[in-house]
Amino acid sequence: MAPRNEPLDVIKSRRNNTLNALVSSVPYIRWLGIGFDRRGDELTAVLPFDEKLIGNPMLPAIHGGVTAAFLEVTAIVELTWTAIWQDMEQGRIAPDAAVPESLPRLPKTIDFTVDYLRSGLPRDAYARARVVRSGRRYASVHVEAWQDQRSKLFAQATGHFLMAQHG
Amino acid sequence: MNDPTPEGDPEQRRRIARQFIEVIPHARALGMRLDQLSAEGAEISLPWREDLVGDPRSGVIHGGVISALMDTCSGAAVMAHPAGAHSTATIDLRIDYMRAATPGQTIRAKAHCYHITRSVAFVRAWAMDDDESRPVASATGAFTVER
Repeated sequence: MAPRNEPLDVIKSRRNNTLNALVSSVPYIRWLGIGFDRRGDELTAVLPFDEKLIGNPMLPAIHGGVTAAFLEVTAIVELTWTAIWQDMEQGRIAPDAAVPESLPRLPKTIDFTVDYLRSGLPRDAYARARVVRSGRRYASVHVEAWQDQRSKLFAQATGHFLMAQHG
Repeated sequence: MNDPTPEGDPEQRRRIARQFIEVIPHARALGMRLDQLSAEGAEISLPWREDLVGDPRSGVIHGGVISALMDTCSGAAVMAHPAGAHSTATIDLRIDYMRAATPGQTIRAKAHCYHITRSVAFVRAWAMDDDESRPVASATGAFTVER
């Protein structure tokens, strides 16, 4: 953890820069328009609504594939963020989107199961992931997504991931 | 989803196939192409694109793109099934990622609706790149049948 008297702006910029580097280096996250809100180490993924996310224009509803992708992106970013937190806080790594070698290696998805609870409305969506179990090689992550009300999920997912091996 | 009737002459089928993608904004945005649609199932392809990359180190396309492709292809297979669903929505979709898709290669998905009841359709799907002997991913899903 950061020393107690470390200046606040130093702490914030280290964490924000790392998160920005992680997110902005992935073209598909940018293409979908997903952003991340950070409160301490807690991340909330935000998917602003866009015309190109529609799967059913009659309702209209967000495409099931977009929902799956949003949940998977949230899981991968949360898992990576959790895995690099210590190294980031202790200054051992400082990821920079412009320097590909400085970026953390991403976990690989083994399987991903999405539970569609209600149709995705044409509005912004939010998601949070929880690393249920993280071993040296495998991790299990649960993700929840909602729109207007936090307690009314429109989708949830469980995925298994192969962690990046270092060295 | 609109109702793409699998009947008709080849020209009409091509038109319906084009329309099927055109009416789904997300499928069009990803650059999907409906290659085959019949009672047997659906085949949809998606060319590799730089902005769909999920791992900047390798250039491998994001798993989410494969999910969107398999979900669309599975939905198309449900719609094309002779049971005659007017619309469908995903209830549950599980995807197994067997290997990374080769960067630069088009991904082709095939989906088959292997069982359908009055309200639920059960689908299996596969995703392949140029090496069809080693699938990139497989999926199994349950879909609603709206009548």
